[in-house]
Amino acid sequence: MTQLVFEQALNGLQFGLMLFLLAAGLTLVFGIMDCINLAHGSLYMVGAYFVAAAAQAADSFWIGLGAGVAGAAVLGLVLELSLFRQLYRRDHLSQVLATFGLILIANEAVRMIWGAQPLLLNPPDALSGPVEIGGFFYPAYRLVIIAFGVAVAGLLYLLVARSRVGMWVRAGAANREMTEALGVNVQGLFTAVFVFGAALCALAGGLLGPLLAVQVGMGESVLILAFVVIIIGGIGSIRGALVGSLIVGTVDTLGRALLPTLLRAALPADAAATLGPALASILIYLLMAAILFFRPQGLFPARA
Amino acid sequence: MPLRLTALAAALMLAGSVHAADRIKVGFVSTLSGPGAGLGVDIRDGFNLAIKQLDGKLGGLPAEVIVADDQQNPDMAKQTADKFLKKDKVDFMTGIVFSNIMLAVGPTVFENQTFYISANAGPSQYAGEQCNPFFFNVAWQNDNLHEAVGKYVQDKGFKNVVIVTPNYPGGKDAVSGFKRYYKGKVAEEVYTKLGQLDYAAELAQIRAMKPDALFFFLPGGMGINFVKQFVAAGLSRDTQLFAPGFSADEDVIKAVGAPMMGMFNSSHWAHDMDNPENKRFVADFQKEYGRMPSLYASQGYDAALMIDGAVRDVKGKVDDKGALQKALEAKHFKSVRGDFRFNSNHYPVQNYYLRVVGKDAGGRITNRMMGTIFTNHADAYVSACRMK
Amino acid sequence: MAFYRPARYQKPFVILLLLALLVLPPALYAWGQAFYIGFATRILIFALAASSLNLVLGFGGMFSLGHAAFFGAGAYVAALCMDNGISDALLAFPLAMTVAGLLALVVGAISLRTRGVYFIMITLAFAQMTYYLFVSARVLGGDDGLPLAGRMTLGGLSLTSDGALFYSALGCLALVMTFLGRLADARFGRTIQAIRDNEARMEALGYPVFRYRLVCFVLGGALAGLAGALLANLTGLASPNLLQWTQSGTLLVMVIIGGVGYLYGGVIGALVLLCLEEVLVGFTLHWHIGLGLMLIAIVLFAPRGVAALFGKSNG
Repeated sequence: MTQLVFEQALNGLQFGLMLFLLAAGLTLVFGIMDCINLAHGSLYMVGAYFVAAAAQAADSFWIGLGAGVAGAAVLGLVLELSLFRQLYRRDHLSQVLATFGLILIANEAVRMIWGAQPLLLNPPDALSGPVEIGGFFYPAYRLVIIAFGVAVAGLLYLLVARSRVGMWVRAGAANREMTEALGVNVQGLFTAVFVFGAALCALAGGLLGPLLAVQVGMGESVLILAFVVIIIGGIGSIRGALVGSLIVGTVDTLGRALLPTLLRAALPADAAATLGPALASILIYLLMAAILFFRPQGLFPARA
Repeated sequence: MPLRLTALAAALMLAGSVHAADRIKVGFVSTLSGPGAGLGVDIRDGFNLAIKQLDGKLGGLPAEVIVADDQQNPDMAKQTADKFLKKDKVDFMTGIVFSNIMLAVGPTVFENQTFYISANAGPSQYAGEQCNPFFFNVAWQNDNLHEAVGKYVQDKGFKNVVIVTPNYPGGKDAVSGFKRYYKGKVAEEVYTKLGQLDYAAELAQIRAMKPDALFFFLPGGMGINFVKQFVAAGLSRDTQLFAPGFSADEDVIKAVGAPMMGMFNSSHWAHDMDNPENKRFVADFQKEYGRMPSLYASQGYDAALMIDGAVRDVKGKVDDKGALQKALEAKHFKSVRGDFRFNSNHYPVQNYYLRVVGKDAGGRITNRMMGTIFTNHADAYVSACRMK
Repeated sequence: MAFYRPARYQKPFVILLLLALLVLPPALYAWGQAFYIGFATRILIFALAASSLNLVLGFGGMFSLGHAAFFGAGAYVAALCMDNGISDALLAFPLAMTVAGLLALVVGAISLRTRGVYFIMITLAFAQMTYYLFVSARVLGGDDGLPLAGRMTLGGLSLTSDGALFYSALGCLALVMTFLGRLADARFGRTIQAIRDNEARMEALGYPVFRYRLVCFVLGGALAGLAGALLANLTGLASPNLLQWTQSGTLLVMVIIGGVGYLYGGVIGALVLLCLEEVLVGFTLHWHIGLGLMLIAIVLFAPRGVAALFGKSNG
């Protein structure tokens, strides 16, 4: 029984931390640049494809991961300079429209280059088995993912809370005009934030690739969850993104694990299996709506 | 993906009492993207290979195959089927991989009085009460391969089995089929979402149940991920995996590799079957596509041969539905799996074999035929079919 | 943005268009292209759905990212009606509109208390909740949706023939557009547009802004429900795809292409998008890239910017 709880807790943690990688970039872009970027999920997808392609070419997962993340960062730079810079001044409707168009382009471009079938991405051979932790077993690769997530969270904390750049980022999220007036190179800051967000997306995509599948449209479902996370956590707040993603990750995993078992007391197995995860999702969106209604600025407001 | 394999137009048959077509149009709707894409691509490639071998003809008439991707979506499949039937006016339809999509598309096709030759989906609904003269399945009825595994697991004496299957008509058929022959204890029936890729939560639950065997039906990408994660979680030490051939064929083997060695699975076909049609099929498939065919490819290939044989029989007069139906039922083609016949509900009556994943003579990891589980096995629903 | 005012040539143009549409089915039959009657019906239905969003977005100034919820709800109600013996559209369609309207009432009552980007997000949240609700129930078909056993009847007239359904959809669209045209010019329409342009002033003038907005939102939802019921008849399936946020996005794109805040914006947008799809798919599979580039171009290079069409962004 303890193994079960332990394992499910780790699963929730793993899912939550990967969501965090996505949410962190999104919350900064949304918080500082006030830009709704629906194509954030596409950056995740393209990043995963870069990693998978590079890993196949180099026949090494780690090289692939590094190359893929670097490639995504470059793509992010190109997009920021060409498109997003124009979008910051626009209203939300324009941003939604343009980034929706970007999703269409990204999905189709990926399909053109790599075909409609998913790409294969395997974890490093050394990590494809379980590890034993005090009598309990857990997949080694998932532990590595958790480690990456924790490392990124730590790094972001240091960056945002302890560095000058981080101070600018927090200032920008709290009050953009004032930060600009104080002489911070806001334009450069925006670019840096966007590129960093793209890199984080690619990292998440590359890490999750072996567990899920590298396929067209993989960004759409995860994008929505990322928005939920940043709304719950508070737009512009890294801490909020972390807390939000852990909440969402846990609820989702519990929903898939616990609810069907509970519902089976009242329903046949297949009905319970349909209802369980759906209830968990409804719960997550209910939480999002509640936050928007009662405390729209989120759990950890960044805005002044 | 609309691919037009058009051949030269030639006026062939002279006037008969029924107008003879000048070419055969086939509407091919399948899953060509997403985790199930491998299956659809294999069926399509097998189908196209047969037509290529027939010089681009079916039954002596030029063949036009219109291919479209249903994106594993019943809504999309329905729209495409509508288009094929009403705009392109196809003579046959085929290609669907998943049974939920088949059930969504079926009524439209039957209403239009067009024959559907299923190269994969074999829902129990169409084998029993809802059987329809316009539906043929050249592969198997969904339950069959699972029944074979169930018998094997029962015979081997396993007592505590967990079943993992996706929550859709094909998955339900898998469970019924397996339980029809496995009489031991089923610790749990775990239903996953169709298209699900991350099984961490389910695997943790399974570990807690401590089964001695696990029977899973997860075709395509779902199965690949499941097996990889199963091994990664360390469950392969204590629990033996069993699956129908769907989850142990070339696509999964290529992705998973060595951890799959020793996995027993059931199938109606294997690439090392010893008959001239199969040898030719396997050799040509490898030459054309650079990979070993899976059972899905063999089904697509057989579907094309079936259409070819029937059209030949009616001498191209595909508008005569009654004659065409008789021709299809007569099964005038040689299948790569050996001999079989159609039952009164248009599903095959055939043998089912045991295969095991191992190394072949060349050191490649692939399936090997081990023996026969069922001989001349019919599906369990035929008695409920009232088709004349 | 100024109040909507129909151009002088609009009325004769619309009448001409209507006459052309009336003879479309027989013309298509004659040309042997009967399949396209279904396609034309699809355009009419999406024109209706997009117009319902245009009411909320263009006239009401409410950026709702969850409109698909009402569209899909209408489809599901239609399917449920067929399942439970209600095969008369004269009963089922108003029922679909009522359910969709009630859903919009609940969503609107809560969401309209928020502002700006929070409103956008909360409508999205509600749409997702609706999606999961509908997908979770086995009785609603789960992930595969709920099929309709056949088409409904409109009074005594069976809608099984493509032509009959086309004329019903045309009739619904014509009625709705007439209604919306009248509404835009009437006091309600003026008020709602004024609220869109300057909420603070209207509050100060004593108008119950929240109530006006809610009515507009509910109306939009109900009309979307009607479109959904028609679509369910056309496709024979109430699909969960209709409830997804990407569907909301598509409707949004239609309205924006057609012209936010212009009476026929939704109609034009639906026509353009669906025709583009049908035409381009014959040339290249990857036509989505062209569409994406077009959207971006509209945003970047539209003469006064999309914002100018939309008026001051006030949530």
